[in-house]
Amino acid sequence: MTTEAGSETEVKEKAEESAAQPDQSEKASEETKEVANAEGEEKEKEKEKEGKEGKGISRYLPTWLKKQKSQSQTSPTKEAPPTEEPVAKVTQEEEGPAPEVNGQAEEVEEKEEVKSEQVKEKEAESHSNTSADTEPAKEEKVDESTEKSPEETKKEATEGEGAEEEKKKEQEGEKEAKEGGGEEGQTSIFQSPLRLVRKNKMKLVVCHVTLLDGTDFSCEVEKRAKGQFLFFKVCEHLNLLEKDYFGLTYMDSHEEKCWLDPTKEIKRQIRSNNWQFAFNVKFYPPDPSLLTEDITRYLLCLQLREDVASGRLPCSFVTHALLGSYTLQAEFGDHEPDQPRPLDYIGQATFAPNQNKEMEEKILELHKSHRGMTPAQADAQFLENAKKLSMYGVDLHHAKDSEGVDIMLGVCANGLLVYKDRLRINRFAWPKILKISYKRNNFYIKIRPGETEQFESTVGFKLQNHRSAKRLWKVCVENHSFFRLNAPEPPTKARFLTLGSKFRYSGRTQAQTRLASSLIDRPAPNFERTSSKRISRSLDGAPVISITEATAENGREPHLELQSDSKVKEADLSPGDADAVPSQSPGCSGLPQSPLRVHGDNIYVRHSNLMLEDHDKTQEEVLKHQASISQLKRSFMEAPPPSPPQPNQWEKRLTSSPATSIRIQQQQVVVEPQTEAAPADNTISDTKEPAKTTEVEIEETVVVQEVSRVAKPGVVTVTAGLPAAEQETRKQEVRVVEEEVMLKEEVKPTKQESVSSESESEEEAEYHPNMPIAQIPEEKEEEEEQEEMKKKEEVEEDVSVPDAPSIPAEEETNRAEDDVKKIETEESTDDPMVTPDEAPNGVLPPEEGLAAPTLEKEEPKVNGEASLVEAEPRPQVICCSEPPVVKTEMVTISDTFAAQKTEIATKEVPIVHTETKTITYEAAQLDGNGDGEPGVLMTAQTITSESLCTTTTTHITKTLKGGLSETRIEKRIVITGDCDIDHDQALAQAIKEAKEQHPDMSVTRVVVHKETELADEED
Amino acid sequence: MAGLMAGFGHYTHAVVRGIPSSLAKEALRSCQAEVDVAKARREHDAYVEVLRTRLGLEVVELPADESLPDCVFVEDAAVVCGDTALITRPGAESRRRETEAMKGALKDLNLNIVEMTDENATLDGGDVLFTGREFFVGLSKRTNQRGAEILADAFKDYAVSTVPVLEGLHLKTFCSMGGPGLIVIGSSEPAQKTLKIMQQMSDHRYDKLTVPDDLAANCVYMNLPNKGHVLMHCTPEQYPESVKVFEKLKDHMLIPVSNLEKVKVDGGLTCCSMLINKKANN
Repeated sequence: MTTEAGSETEVKEKAEESAAQPDQSEKASEETKEVANAEGEEKEKEKEKEGKEGKGISRYLPTWLKKQKSQSQTSPTKEAPPTEEPVAKVTQEEEGPAPEVNGQAEEVEEKEEVKSEQVKEKEAESHSNTSADTEPAKEEKVDESTEKSPEETKKEATEGEGAEEEKKKEQEGEKEAKEGGGEEGQTSIFQSPLRLVRKNKMKLVVCHVTLLDGTDFSCEVEKRAKGQFLFFKVCEHLNLLEKDYFGLTYMDSHEEKCWLDPTKEIKRQIRSNNWQFAFNVKFYPPDPSLLTEDITRYLLCLQLREDVASGRLPCSFVTHALLGSYTLQAEFGDHEPDQPRPLDYIGQATFAPNQNKEMEEKILELHKSHRGMTPAQADAQFLENAKKLSMYGVDLHHAKDSEGVDIMLGVCANGLLVYKDRLRINRFAWPKILKISYKRNNFYIKIRPGETEQFESTVGFKLQNHRSAKRLWKVCVENHSFFRLNAPEPPTKARFLTLGSKFRYSGRTQAQTRLASSLIDRPAPNFERTSSKRISRSLDGAPVISITEATAENGREPHLELQSDSKVKEADLSPGDADAVPSQSPGCSGLPQSPLRVHGDNIYVRHSNLMLEDHDKTQEEVLKHQASISQLKRSFMEAPPPSPPQPNQWEKRLTSSPATSIRIQQQQVVVEPQTEAAPADNTISDTKEPAKTTEVEIEETVVVQEVSRVAKPGVVTVTAGLPAAEQETRKQEVRVVEEEVMLKEEVKPTKQESVSSESESEEEAEYHPNMPIAQIPEEKEEEEEQEEMKKKEEVEEDVSVPDAPSIPAEEETNRAEDDVKKIETEESTDDPMVTPDEAPNGVLPPEEGLAAPTLEKEEPKVNGEASLVEAEPRPQVICCSEPPVVKTEMVTISDTFAAQKTEIATKEVPIVHTETKTITYEAAQLDGNGDGEPGVLMTAQTITSESLCTTTTTHITKTLKGGLSETRIEKRIVITGDCDIDHDQALAQAIKEAKEQHPDMSVTRVVVHKETELADEED
Repeated sequence: MAGLMAGFGHYTHAVVRGIPSSLAKEALRSCQAEVDVAKARREHDAYVEVLRTRLGLEVVELPADESLPDCVFVEDAAVVCGDTALITRPGAESRRRETEAMKGALKDLNLNIVEMTDENATLDGGDVLFTGREFFVGLSKRTNQRGAEILADAFKDYAVSTVPVLEGLHLKTFCSMGGPGLIVIGSSEPAQKTLKIMQQMSDHRYDKLTVPDDLAANCVYMNLPNKGHVLMHCTPEQYPESVKVFEKLKDHMLIPVSNLEKVKVDGGLTCCSMLINKKANN
């Protein structure tokens, strides 16, 4: 049945999944089961999988396995794996969260599926015939495949517009079916959206989607529907097959535009009752002429017209006129002197931000010269010109460089651009970028050393807030994945100790979508070009940009590693004190390091040793290696598109840059106290391949251990999530006071035991642009770790005694007074950080559903963590963060001439939040020195259970005054959860536990923040 | 109009200006040198003659102004791209008035005039390298960030990247375009470093032609009907080694032009003319 084309796809997929074979069977079985069950059940299962398996069990599974699963479940990229037997295939499709649905009606797909099952075209045809009526056809399908769900029909019915369109689609589908094999491939590629939705008696919600032509499209979706479902609906409505370039946006609670994550529930993303979306171009194809269908180009044109008219895509007078003239030609055809229509239109339409009579005349004049051009040709010409604009496809974000100068960061197909005002002051091509990370409101990129440089450097930027940093990071991850990778990286592993956002691009890459597009075999769909109905929207002021830059160099290799682990960053950046070496992450320990980094070396070494000790690691490394190799192959196969047109956008883009703000992805519940420290190393969480990720995790762990060791003297802030641990920790603390050494040993165990998940994930994340080269990653990672370590050390030094006016106590007294400064309970499903989904269930083993226990866990954490907590959008949460936090220094990037500054532009170490752990170490070291210097410990832990997430931040401040030492422990506990959570209970438990640990502690503040959502309605 | 960014190197007109006697002593220069005005004028005449006769451009010749000793270097007074002309604000105080005559000439050519009125901005045309796809603006003694910003505003279609001028007077003192996507660059370290920065900053790929002498890297490229690629470059007498490099350009019509005198006052080949493409605009 499969045509050649189909087979191609198969091959590719096979290649990708080559290792996955074992999975297949599993998958298949799973799928079949699911099929058997009602759809609703299926959905639930899926959910479960995601939630539990994905987070819990799946962690232990081989990465590739996971990958597959995830793909089959949610990732659009995955098209039904062709390799599977027909039956299996069918089932899969049915199940699935079908990857992406093409514009085609589901029915068509189903039909195709049916075919596959029956293998008889004739039958299929008959179906199609019947399908003249949508309904019957569907039903048949249902019967045959059990795929169809009542819901679907329902929905279809509900869709007012639907009937005719669907018919059309079906007809098309029939045609395709008749045409034969080619379709199969297609079919497999496009799956029906309906499956994505849960079938329960969920309530339906009406979604309003503003389309590119300014019209509104409404449809009903289940409340629990994922973004994908709605997106497919829209694409279906638009009859769009090449949909990977597009996405849906929504306005978040901060009035910022965000991309709707297809893999997450809509409800969880929008966090409001405003089910209002906009259909937009997400990835601007560098060469629109390579798009397969005119309808795709048309939609791109509509987006660009809007971009141009709004000023987001700046262009000159002449260009405005030229583009406007093509628009006229496309919408009105040849210029007719007698026909006043264009004239009227031109007066009303907006072609440019500063449109005037002169421009309109110029437009008309040029319009006359396009006589004979078809609408499609006019669109093509429009795109040919628009794509050359320097801001084409550039997603701008406001930022500041290390010196506080306003700059703009532009994300585009080729990399990251840095603008100051309108000037490009730096550029980091994807191949040049080794790692992308963010922590709190800092955004970092690690740059591959240039030819003449030996060390990597890290460039840091300050975003307005944590949200914008994360959004920028996500956009980078997505753009890199889409334009540079052959296949999206698997979602981050949900393994132990993983911190940071797991967010990864889930859609098809450009390479994949091109391949898919090449298989499109349908007659060009008819579509109506409507004169743009949209009214010009006001533009935002041009964003100011200041550029920070570090030495940037050209990268040669396409692989970037994006690290989503926030931890990594921390480590890298953390070294605040250090004279902030710009490049913190430079890894090569062996190589001479730049002066800036000097301190870190020793630490590095240690780190690496630890790493070596890890057994897991080795295995993982091996896997990683393999993965990387395979990636390399792939990368070679797909040469990244040569730098095409430059993206552009100015002001508007800033706002528009929709980064999905879905935090669910950062499920890494695992929080190891030290993880933070580790994070730096871990940064490695290379998106590339699962194996890598694993490594990363391991690294993190290792780090922790180190930390514990190191921190002898220091204050022990133990955040022990587990009660048992708590006691120990307490003891430890005491001992610590008395004997520093003791603490170390003890601490270790504790740490291990208490796998506290720090939910920093959201705050921090790293992404390693995939590195095709396997070898590189490891080394780098190590390096990173080392760097991190360095930073930590630095941090320690830097760490200033927390303001804490602590109570004077003798050291011997050991007793530290713990004040629970704030216990804030937030109940918000919406809460980005805590969303249940986000929290990986599996990670924290022992923890009870209630977060409370977490509070007490004490682990030697560095201050930075606390800050993490803060980072989250909600202001309330963060009490301690500021004081304990080590001073974070931004990496200063020299604005202007990266080159001039040469390697290190940054004066300050880009230390972002130093992790608490880090700080601890420092303190310990200090003690070791015998100095009675004040030490500060901070701990932040987040424990996530399905229903709620607790973040505990502990600041311990020791101050030596005269002969007295004061120890002040501040704990901040943030409980975030779904509506289901019983706040009171959670709070009570949290306090109780905290009290157990520290009898003397007093609760100073309790804040309950409740966000009402749609969810309530459900109930 | 053929569309955006088409026809790099297509020119129809050239604006030039005479050499005032004051050039000999009052023209700015980075190193002390005696300039023979007569020789310089002969040199310049030959240059203009190449443009007019050999290349067939329509040459607009502005009269020299004795109060503006550097006025022969018309390139610094404006930046023309497409049908837009940005009248600059030269970094040297003594040269500010050079723009007046240039502005008039460009107006007469029906270009859209954009003026740089910001008192904090300075920009010399010699610091502006237009590659056909984007601008590079050298931040030098004569050109500052603000000037570059205004240029970016004037030519919104194009990316405008700033690069440091580590050595030499202007960015184009050691580099220029030798063809579409071909940057001619001097071999000195600062020149190479600047090139690297440009490559890093660009989304486009450029080939480079490295010549041994930095000053020889300043040449004039045109793409003319019936003539194809044309390159006016230094003479073998001046830079024999560099000329050998140019001679490797097989597809180019190579026209050596003497520049022995003007170079003494930091004048390059590109400095002496303002090239305009009128046909592109209609």
